Amino acid sequence: MSSVVKAVGVAGVFKDIDPRVRIITASLLAIVVVSLSSFLALGSALAGAFVVFTITFAQGGMGAALKKVLAMDAFIFLVLIILPFSTPGTPLFSIGEWVASEEGLFKAIAIAMKANIAVMLLLSQVGTIEPVTMGHALHRLKVPAKLIHLLLFTLRYLNVLHEEYSRMRTAMKIRGFRPGTNLHTYKSFGYLLGMMLVRSLERSERIYGAMKCRGFRGQFFLFDEEKIDLNDMVYGSAALFALGAIIALEVGYVSYV
Amino acid sequence: MSPMFDLENIHFSYPQRPPILSGVSLQLYPDERLCLTGHNGTGKSTLLQLMVGLLQPTSGDISAFGKIRKEEKDFLEVRKAAGFVFQDPDDQLFCPTVLEDVAFGPLNLGKSKDEVLSIVDKTLLSLGLSEFKDRITHKLSGGEKRLVALATVLAMEPQVLLLDEPTTNLDEETTEKLIGILLDLPQSMIIVSHDPHFRRRIATRMVQLRAGVVIEPQSKCKHAV
Repeated sequence: MSSVVKAVGVAGVFKDIDPRVRIITASLLAIVVVSLSSFLALGSALAGAFVVFTITFAQGGMGAALKKVLAMDAFIFLVLIILPFSTPGTPLFSIGEWVASEEGLFKAIAIAMKANIAVMLLLSQVGTIEPVTMGHALHRLKVPAKLIHLLLFTLRYLNVLHEEYSRMRTAMKIRGFRPGTNLHTYKSFGYLLGMMLVRSLERSERIYGAMKCRGFRGQFFLFDEEKIDLNDMVYGSAALFALGAIIALEVGYVSYV
Repeated sequence: MSPMFDLENIHFSYPQRPPILSGVSLQLYPDERLCLTGHNGTGKSTLLQLMVGLLQPTSGDISAFGKIRKEEKDFLEVRKAAGFVFQDPDDQLFCPTVLEDVAFGPLNLGKSKDEVLSIVDKTLLSLGLSEFKDRITHKLSGGEKRLVALATVLAMEPQVLLLDEPTTNLDEETTEKLIGILLDLPQSMIIVSHDPHFRRRIATRMVQLRAGVVIEPQSKCKHAV
C-alpha cells in the first residue's frame, strides 16, 4: 500500500542516527545559516551542505531529492530576479528604465544560497525521517502531546482519505466524467468534496467508538525507548563543529552590507 | 447457566427514520459462537453497538455479565469484558505502529508498561503476528489489518467477542486462518456474517434479524446453517 506522506528517501549512512539529534542539529544549522551575512561563511556552508546532501542520497534517491531542491529554487526565482531592481544602491546595469543595484544583486545571491543550504540540510537530515518516527522523535523532544497526536492522526488517515478520494474519482471517470470549465464540473467536484467531508465525519465517529470500546478515556500512549549512542554523539559533535566553523568565518570576515 | 448478554425487548430507531429494531430479544451463553445474519440495513451492526453502549436503545433492557446496563458508566465495564472488532479495520487501528495499537487497550485498563509489553508479545505470538510488531499500521494489507484489529481486542483479554463481518474483503487463505484462530479461542462470540460457508464452519447457533426482531431461521440451502 502506498503512502501519501512519506520520507524523501533513505538517509544512507545517516539512517541510524537518532532522529532527535538530526532534527535538532539540522534546525540549529538552518537557523544560523539564515542569519549569516558573510559570503565566505555562506559559501563554506553551501559546500558543506552539498557534501552532506550528496553523501545522504549517494545510495539512492538523489534524483527525487534534487527535484525537490530545484522546485524550491523555481519558487524563489521570481523574487531573486526582482530583488536587484527593487533595492536602491550603487547602480550595476539597467534594462530600460529599471536600474539593478549591486546591493540588491548580492542580497539575491545570499538569499538563494541560504535557501539552498537550508533545504539541502533539512531534506537530507530531516526529510529522510519516516513521518511516524518523526512523530515519536518530536514526542521525545517534549513537543506538546496534542500536536503530536494531531500529526499522527493526520498521517494515519490522510492515506485512508486519499484512497477514498481516488476511488470516487475512478468511479466518476468510468462513468465518463471529464473535468472542464462548466457548471457540471464544479457541481460534481462539489459533491465529491461534500461526500469526502461526510465520510470523514462518519469515520471519525466510528474511530471514536472503536477507541471507546478499548477503554479510551482521553489518554494517548507512545512507545519509544531509543537511547543516544556513540554514533549519535559523533554526528552531533561534527554538526556542532560545523556550526562553530561557520560562525567563526562569519565573525572573522567583513560583511557584504 | 446464566447468559453473558441478555437483551430484552430492545427498540431502537435512528433520528428521523423508521424504527430499525422493534422488540429484539437475544441471549448469549458461555461457550457459544452465535452467528447473526440478516439483510443489509436490518440493524445487525446497530445491535452490536447497542450491546457495548455506543448507542442507547429507545426502550428495552440490556443486561451484560449479570447486571442491567443503562448509562455510559455502566458500559465502561462491559467494554472491558466484551471486545468489539469493527467491520473496517481502518476504524479500529489508529495508532502509528502495531505495537502501540495492540498496547492501547491494556494501557487504558491501567496496566504497567512492562505488563503491557508482555501482553502484546503474547497476543501477537498467539495470532502468528510477531513480526508485525514494529510495522506501521496504515501500511499493512487488508488481511493483516484484520488480524491486527483482532489482536488489539484480544490484548484486553475479553470474555466475549463481538465481530462485525470479520470475513469481508478477506481472501480464502486469510479467511481460513481466521477460522482457525476463532475456533481456538475460548471466548464466546457474536458474529455478524453474510458468508454462509464461514458461518457453517464457525457457528454453534444461528439467529436472523428480520423486520426488527430476532428469529431462528429455517435453512433453505443445504450448505448453509
